[in-house]
Amino acid sequence: METEEEASGQMTDEIYTNGGEDEPLQQQQQRRPIISGEQLDIEAYAALYTGRTKISRLIFIADKCGNVSMQLEALRMAYDEIKKGENTQLFREVVHKIDGRLGPNYSADSSWMDAVDRRADQRKEKLENELNAYRTNLIKESIRMGYNDFGDFYYSHGALGDAFKNYVRTRDYCTTAKHIIHMCLNAILVSIEMGQFAHVTSYVSKAEQNKNDLDPITIAKLQCAAGLAHLEAKKYKHAARKAKVIDNINFRNFLELVPEVRELIHDFYSSHYASCLDYLGNLKANLMLDIHLHDHLEILYTEIRNKALIQYTHPFVSVDLNMMANAFKTTVVGLQKELEALITDNQIQARIDSHNKILYARHADQRKATFQRVLQTGVEFDRDVRAMLLRANLIKHEFNLKASRKI
Amino acid sequence: MNLNVNSVDSLVAEIQGLSGSSQDVNHLNNLLKQSEDIIRSQPTTFATCITQLDPSLHSLGYLYILEACTAGPIPEPQANELVLSVVRFIDVCSAEQIRLVPDKFISVCKRLHEQVMVLGAPIRAVAPLLTAIRKIQPSSEHLTPLHPDFLQVCVSSKCYKIGYSILEDDIYEVDQPRDFFLYCYYGGMICIGQKRFAKALELFHNVVTAPMSAMNAIAVEAYKKYILVSLIHLRQFSATFPKYTSAVAQRNLKNFSQPYIELANSYSTGNISELEAFVLANQDKFENGNNLGLVKQVVSSMYKRNIQRLTQTYLTLSLQDIANTAQISTAKEAEMHVLEMIEDGEIYATINQKDGMVRFLEDPEEYKTCEMIEHIDSSIQRIMKLSKKLTTMDESMAMDPLYLSKVGRERQRFDFDDFDGVPQKFNL
Repeated sequence: METEEEASGQMTDEIYTNGGEDEPLQQQQQRRPIISGEQLDIEAYAALYTGRTKISRLIFIADKCGNVSMQLEALRMAYDEIKKGENTQLFREVVHKIDGRLGPNYSADSSWMDAVDRRADQRKEKLENELNAYRTNLIKESIRMGYNDFGDFYYSHGALGDAFKNYVRTRDYCTTAKHIIHMCLNAILVSIEMGQFAHVTSYVSKAEQNKNDLDPITIAKLQCAAGLAHLEAKKYKHAARKAKVIDNINFRNFLELVPEVRELIHDFYSSHYASCLDYLGNLKANLMLDIHLHDHLEILYTEIRNKALIQYTHPFVSVDLNMMANAFKTTVVGLQKELEALITDNQIQARIDSHNKILYARHADQRKATFQRVLQTGVEFDRDVRAMLLRANLIKHEFNLKASRKI
Repeated sequence: MNLNVNSVDSLVAEIQGLSGSSQDVNHLNNLLKQSEDIIRSQPTTFATCITQLDPSLHSLGYLYILEACTAGPIPEPQANELVLSVVRFIDVCSAEQIRLVPDKFISVCKRLHEQVMVLGAPIRAVAPLLTAIRKIQPSSEHLTPLHPDFLQVCVSSKCYKIGYSILEDDIYEVDQPRDFFLYCYYGGMICIGQKRFAKALELFHNVVTAPMSAMNAIAVEAYKKYILVSLIHLRQFSATFPKYTSAVAQRNLKNFSQPYIELANSYSTGNISELEAFVLANQDKFENGNNLGLVKQVVSSMYKRNIQRLTQTYLTLSLQDIANTAQISTAKEAEMHVLEMIEDGEIYATINQKDGMVRFLEDPEEYKTCEMIEHIDSSIQRIMKLSKKLTTMDESMAMDPLYLSKVGRERQRFDFDDFDGVPQKFNL
């Protein structure tokens, strides 16, 4: 029983370190540098993460940053980190990426790899034997543990597909709600790494069915995972809502620790759009290096900007474009273009007086619109019925012709 | 010969004598049918004695002789004379009498059409053919075989306005699908000439979606023009057919109109230089199809589309800005387009030439004038009439023996196990 608790505790930690925003408070202290506008400090960034996610984040940065010294730094740290673990496949990959640029200390260490592989084989054999023994004895709990160990084993060696299979297999041997949640968390963790976000969503909902046994931390973890899944599926609205739920408890505290983001949100709600967008602009370079966000950043940025534009114009009957351009730190011409696109898209109901540079809100005249629609419908009905009568007559004619020929 | 002369004389006498009451005329019709061979065998003899007949009084006899005279090949010098006499006949003949032999009347009119084309003066047939249609038409809802001829001479002589007058009648009764196809095709061209694009679209649409069992050239040409007019008028084109379109048309029309479909695709991108390049590259194709003029209108409608979009977003905009956003080369040209659109009632705007500003206005229609109410009322009346017609047609269809026997047969075949079987003796 004790071992089980331990296992789940360990797993919890791993999920923590993987998630983006739900680190325990003591870790949040260290988070600050990530979100700052300055050049990313890889060392500090990497220190926030452990295990696989640290490695994959480092490799991701190395792939994306486009700066040789930064890239090598990231790869060096990834190399060191991998050596602590047992994932030889990833190791080869990183060595290939380093390509000897970091000197002889960072070359393909074949003796290490062999040793690890050998150890892995031994362990695998041992696990297999154990599992077979459990299965013959038909002790559910032990079988579950056996599969779980197998999952852990594959996970640490980078065989994610196999790890996922084994974790899911434990499902048949779950006896308590806690076990199910544990299984779901494992599955979610592996799925996120595999990029299989459809699985994430389904396991999150599965875990959430066991409402009573969920402690607040687990709930936060689940919602965070769901948020990520929605992000990948480009359902930004859902993602944002989920994220907000997590933030609720510690939202205030949390913001205090990340002043830039706090300022940003504050500015957004109190309509200081220019400084809000400034903050966003500063953060952009580093957010681009985030493993989950980078694909969506451009879209999210335009949407934030559009949202700000819409919010700005919403309460006014008329808006001076010069002032608005100031507020958004842009030129009147550029602003006009942006507004034009939004109006065409029907996101803002207004028209631009480009002569006097004023935006006027436009209120739809319901009465006129109704009249127009009625007349239009009438014309269409008229036309369609006539066409229908004609077609009916033609068919009748054709039919009569055929019939008369037959006779 | 003598006997022939006698019979000619007696026939003329019969015609003169039996053109009074409708009973007499019916009797005369029978007589003439019997002697039709004689008339046909010596058209020249009869041609001389036709002068003894009054076309307004002795229309039936006159028509028999006229038809015989025009049946053979006509030497060119006589063409003019022939046209004159046919025109005069159409003008004065008695509708009641000629309706006894509509085929003859129609063939005479078709000869007239032919001859004016030979003479290179299609305009001479415009008025007579219109009169002819009115005389032979049982009601304005009937399509006659003369409709296509009339519309064709109108197109040839550019008499769009008078051609359009006949298109305002709603046609429901059709005898020959081919007549109907041609009617819609030429009618559509006349509407284009009159810039009545909505009506043109409706007519071409009728051809494209008409029930047909085999492809025909009229439908293909109509479809091409349908695409172009749709772009000009609606500023977009939807390539999906309505579901009642015949399967043949759905399968084949697009293959026959490839460059036009591509033109529509290029149009939808909104890029004017791309569209112009495409038109230039395919100019000969459009020219061969006699559609180059329409294609050019498509291009200029793209400018208008772009300008119209601006009216949704701007209250005022300088001509230069309009030129820039709508991809028009000069402000002067932009002004021309805007002016044209104001004149056509497509947009509501004023141009201030002093500072080169255009002020876009809202639709000034308030929907509260007497005229507007009357207009709405008449639309309602019209639609009520249409619905009634629809109901009547539905009822008559439900009682049509041919239809019922067909439906009865199919029900028997398909619902073999049904217990509420259709009565065996459904054939009324």
